[in-house]
Amino acid sequence: MRRRCLRSLGALLLLSAAATAPSVNVVQAPSADSDTSTDLPPVIAPGGQTIGSPHRGGTLRLTADAGAGTADPQINYNSEMISLQVVVYDGLTAFAKRPGEASNQPVADLAEALPPPEDGGLTYVFHLRRGVRFSDGREVGVQDVVASFRRIFKVNSPTAGGFYGGIVGADACLKDGLHCTLAGGVVGDEAARTVTFHLTHPDAEFFDKLSFPHAYVLPADTPARDLGNDAPPGTGPYRITSYDPNHGLTTERNPFFKVWSPEAQPDGYPDHITYSFGLTDEAEVTATENGDFDYMYDNVPLDRYGELGDRFADQVHINRVFGTYYLPMNVNLPPFNDIRVRQAINYAVNRRAMQTFYGGPAAASVLCQNVPVGLPGYEPYCPYTKGADFDHPATEWKAPDLARAKRLVAESGTRGMHVTLVVPNRAVEVAMGTYLQNMLRELGYDADVKPIAFAIQFTYIQNTNNKVQISINDWYADYPEPSDFLTALYGCENFHPGSDSSIDISGLCDHPFEDLVHRAALVSVTDKAAGAKLWAQADRLLVREAPDAPLIQFKKIELVSKRVGNFYTVNLYHMLFSQGWVR
Amino acid sequence: MSAALPVPVRVQGPWEAALRALLRIPSAVASLAVLLLLVLLSLSAPFYAHDVAHTDPFESDVAATVTLHGEEVPVMQPNHNRLHLGLTPIGPTWHADADLLGADSQGRDVAARLLYGGRNSLLISAAASVLCIVLAALVGICAGFFGGIVDVVLSRLMDIMWAIPVYLFAISLSIVTVSQGLQLGPFTIRSDNLLLPIAIIALVYVPYAARPIRGRVLSLRQAEFVLAARCLGVPRARILLRDILPNVSTTLIVLAPLVMALALLAESALSFLSIGVQAPAASWGTIIEDGQGLIYTRPAVAIAPGLAIVVTVLALNVLGDGLRDALDVRETGRRG
Repeated sequence: MRRRCLRSLGALLLLSAAATAPSVNVVQAPSADSDTSTDLPPVIAPGGQTIGSPHRGGTLRLTADAGAGTADPQINYNSEMISLQVVVYDGLTAFAKRPGEASNQPVADLAEALPPPEDGGLTYVFHLRRGVRFSDGREVGVQDVVASFRRIFKVNSPTAGGFYGGIVGADACLKDGLHCTLAGGVVGDEAARTVTFHLTHPDAEFFDKLSFPHAYVLPADTPARDLGNDAPPGTGPYRITSYDPNHGLTTERNPFFKVWSPEAQPDGYPDHITYSFGLTDEAEVTATENGDFDYMYDNVPLDRYGELGDRFADQVHINRVFGTYYLPMNVNLPPFNDIRVRQAINYAVNRRAMQTFYGGPAAASVLCQNVPVGLPGYEPYCPYTKGADFDHPATEWKAPDLARAKRLVAESGTRGMHVTLVVPNRAVEVAMGTYLQNMLRELGYDADVKPIAFAIQFTYIQNTNNKVQISINDWYADYPEPSDFLTALYGCENFHPGSDSSIDISGLCDHPFEDLVHRAALVSVTDKAAGAKLWAQADRLLVREAPDAPLIQFKKIELVSKRVGNFYTVNLYHMLFSQGWVR
Repeated sequence: MSAALPVPVRVQGPWEAALRALLRIPSAVASLAVLLLLVLLSLSAPFYAHDVAHTDPFESDVAATVTLHGEEVPVMQPNHNRLHLGLTPIGPTWHADADLLGADSQGRDVAARLLYGGRNSLLISAAASVLCIVLAALVGICAGFFGGIVDVVLSRLMDIMWAIPVYLFAISLSIVTVSQGLQLGPFTIRSDNLLLPIAIIALVYVPYAARPIRGRVLSLRQAEFVLAARCLGVPRARILLRDILPNVSTTLIVLAPLVMALALLAESALSFLSIGVQAPAASWGTIIEDGQGLIYTRPAVAIAPGLAIVVTVLALNVLGDGLRDALDVRETGRRG
């Protein structure tokens, strides 16, 4: 349930975090030998590799326009920080740190193996590895795991309810986080070194959820509050030594790290990874092109695409991600409380234009449905294109059908109504918004566009008090399952009127859809293929209900400096920083 | 023998004399010509858009094509680099019927938008300067002529307004009004109404114009003809209308183009920040904003309106200088 660049929460947390001094988690420990390559995983040479040969040492210099909120890994929900934390922390499971599609697969991390489900998918028993140490030298124990899961609720982690609400005892924890015990839900056995999870219902995505950063294992005595700028010890190959959201972040090698599973957590190549904040995205491009930085986090501005393709093509990596742009329409506010209007928008919107605004076919593909390409449950389905309808759906989008859209609007009797489209004030979305304003006017609405600061737009459009009729949003998968695009964005449990945290932005709560997604989730536990069929059905149902207009599935365009070798990207976290070679 | 009849001498009026003096200043004439040309071009915007370029400059169309040398060319052109990354709007074609100055990122004709933008920019700055001068004249004349407590209150009020940086003041007012429009009793002015930037810009420049007007009135109040009128028992209102106002009018006329130049810059700045003219309408400021993201690939989108602003402001300033010389406002005596 993470937005591609969720700075809204981060910005709030940053305010509180900024007041405290940067932390330095340093203990006396064996020195790391920078010139040896013991325990290194086999060198992977994916298509994205740039230059060089395996090289251990050096500093990988990252840049971003701003800090990424709190350093607390169980609270931060910002991909900028999360993509760094994957080399600092571990959970019981992790998404494989392999290039491309292989990175969608959860593998055992601090657990010795992925346990088979017991009791019909209601129980999982994890055996904890021995000899794994936090960066302060203490060995990871069963109590650390149990305490970390309690802490998710104690600190009111953003995904506490959505991801971990299915653990027995979670209901009580969600009501009273401070006194959360997860009694009967997460049971530790020190002697056997096992942690047993009891679920209220089978969950086919349980390993995905355990692999998500909010389930990282932290020392049991980690305070149950937002740690602000003080990053707690982790078990990964790096540890955060300082963090100041206004200036930067530094890491060094975790002296207690030893590789236990190259697939789950390989050793790192650079000795240090640093982040510098404060440059604009345009300046980041120039600095990275010039080699002043090795990687820029922020999206490359569109006007630099031509230059990158012409002169820096070797330094650019384009990767498909599970990320989409869509237009949530408020099903509880006129004119979008009329399904005909929502369907009209779907017929009228020129998805090709949206693709153009994002950088053309090389940067994005047109999307006609809610489940993006590559996920289970994706079956090409497009009734909203010229020459198609629900009885004769097309498999791909061709062109808008303005005539049909105008007819639907006329039937709804909503012509002439005032419609405000809320967009984040970034160039891409403002361009999309301007285009959509024209489209709405052509349909007969008195439309205007309201650009809102990127940092607050995401929470603004969620809060029903703001009476947002229609908006532009982008969504990036937390884990590679269709539920992250269906249940998460349109499930009744994710609609919270009056709250800034109501990710069901359209306010849809449709019981046939609910029944279908619950059935799909249940069936997926035992039969993934049958589950995928049901997810596809749910997707089609949602397309017909049209609480949104899917627009495009975007790709991640990453720019690195000339000296970076062994670039590879993991689907959910962009570049895997620990694997870059820098001389 | 009959005495020769006196030849009637035509007495030149003060305004005619001023006009003749102005026309004798080449730089002023040139700037007037430039301004007239800009106004005519801006007024021709609908004709250019519909009959020459055959385009709707307010309609986004990234799928559009133009015919160039008999060939259909897409307005949004794919980059033929190794990555095929991004699309760039067509650049200047120098063909009036095919995106003369190129297209912006919405596929809209920049030249047509430039002309429509000029209409809004010139209208707002002209209207704002007139409103500003009227308000400033009211404040300056009242403060200077009545003196005493009226002068103290009005002058301090102007001092307070002057203490706030003019752009900060304008931005603050614009942000408030652009979000929800302005509610005036039963009337609502929508956020996209041009009256809002006109009123805001006029308001923020009132202190700049009011101060020299007050100074002029203060000196006029001590002039012999005013003292004579007062000794003769002429009512104050009559003195104000017949003696003070005509003499202040030269100052107002000289101030007008200078205030208009400032207003044009302010309007452009506000529109550039998206708090002036609202989309899809255009002004030179909004076009510069549109061109900001294209500055590396299609700099003409931002440079063209930028040049238009520079030329207009320069012409207004030169005209202001010319008017000052022609009306000779530094000479404080009664003319005519």
